[in-house]
Amino acid sequence: MAETLVIIGVALAKIVVVFAALQVTIMYLVLAERRISAFIQDRLGPNRVGWEGLLQPIADGLKFLFKEDIIPSRADKVIFVIAPAMIVLPALMTFAVIPFGGVLTFGGIKIDLQVASIDIGLLYVLAMASISVYGIIFGSWASANKYALMGGLRSCAQMISYEIPLGLSVMGVLMMTGTLKLEQVVEAQSTYVWGVIPRWNIIFQPLAFLLFLTSAMAENNRLPFDLPEAEQELVAGYHTEYSSVKFAMFFMAEYAAMITSSALVVILFLGGWLVPGLEALGLPQIVKELVQMGAFVLKVSFFLFLYIWVRWTFPRFRYDQLMRLCWKVLLPLALANIFVTGIVMAM
Amino acid sequence: MSVYTPIFAMFLVAFAIGLGFLAVATFLGPKRLSKEKLDPFDCGNPPLGTPRVPVSIKYYVVAILFILFDVEVVYLYVWAIIFKDLGLFGFVEMLVFILIVVGGLAYVWRKGALEWK
Repeated sequence: MAETLVIIGVALAKIVVVFAALQVTIMYLVLAERRISAFIQDRLGPNRVGWEGLLQPIADGLKFLFKEDIIPSRADKVIFVIAPAMIVLPALMTFAVIPFGGVLTFGGIKIDLQVASIDIGLLYVLAMASISVYGIIFGSWASANKYALMGGLRSCAQMISYEIPLGLSVMGVLMMTGTLKLEQVVEAQSTYVWGVIPRWNIIFQPLAFLLFLTSAMAENNRLPFDLPEAEQELVAGYHTEYSSVKFAMFFMAEYAAMITSSALVVILFLGGWLVPGLEALGLPQIVKELVQMGAFVLKVSFFLFLYIWVRWTFPRFRYDQLMRLCWKVLLPLALANIFVTGIVMAM
Repeated sequence: MSVYTPIFAMFLVAFAIGLGFLAVATFLGPKRLSKEKLDPFDCGNPPLGTPRVPVSIKYYVVAILFILFDVEVVYLYVWAIIFKDLGLFGFVEMLVFILIVVGGLAYVWRKGALEWK
């Protein structure tokens, strides 16, 4: 009985920690984006609220809460209201299967640092990512606004197109590791090639890594693939008519998706929480686990930085270029990658 | 406790967060509505026409192609995770399948379904 209670307590604690961490990361990711973009453009960015602007996300959040919430008179009211919730829900739920560390032993209780360890881990992530398409198409259609509808359609076509190279590019990794459980994918990368180089999948699947990163950026509607929000043509894309907290929810979902896909890149290709040579140091188990969690956070942060860096460096694609890149370049390359991986492994 | 129970708990929390935000959006904040505010945004002009217009057939084609190719991706997952056990036999079998997929892609390409003009 007591053991069951402990298990339930640990599970609930993990959910609370994951949600809190996700919310805080989203808030500070927005600030990071604004500060980094400012530095790239030789500006200062928001640095007034708190030390170096560190309280800016809280000010932003409060401002969102106290803004007027407008539901346009021509809009389909029910769908218009539900759509932001429909996009936030999958974005937050995806994180359930992301492992952010190994097994932490704390006072005799073993805690795997992951909310749920399910057999179809990777499929679950990709499935949840696809569900967010519904929120976008519902919101854009229900707005009864031409620009929102166009942005929503573009976004949908783009997201479903890039899902195919995204799904195909992980196939090489799956062939090598033989599991969809994300924590086992990480453990499969814990050995070394020739005793020195860590057996991270990026070494064996460099093409798949690039394909996955590109598709993930497109999947999240980030520049250079942010056609749905092309401000010069479409005002703001699918969330043109949204205001107040509902507007913030679209952004929350976008940044949550960015965090999830960065975590996924790290897990699939860069050894997740593993630090090469850490076991040789002979640290106490708990210290080792904490160092590994820190390493995971650092690796994910690097990819989040990369997202922002790319956004403020490259110009936007044209829509036909975007579709051509997906169907005529990434898709054949992903199929070729599976083929080559298969030949090498079957030899 | 099933391994999926935490996911369900996660769903409930995410659902509560979503509803909470929607409730906050409805109850906080001022309400000073006017006709102009409630009109759809049309770059400052009074809205022209209706947004319920037919959309380009290209989007429909993309959606069909997505379903075709995505189903194939799902088949490949099953194959990829037992690839090591299947060996050369499994590889050749799947190669036939992938070649058919490539044939389909080549057909769609030639027919011009991937062009955005």
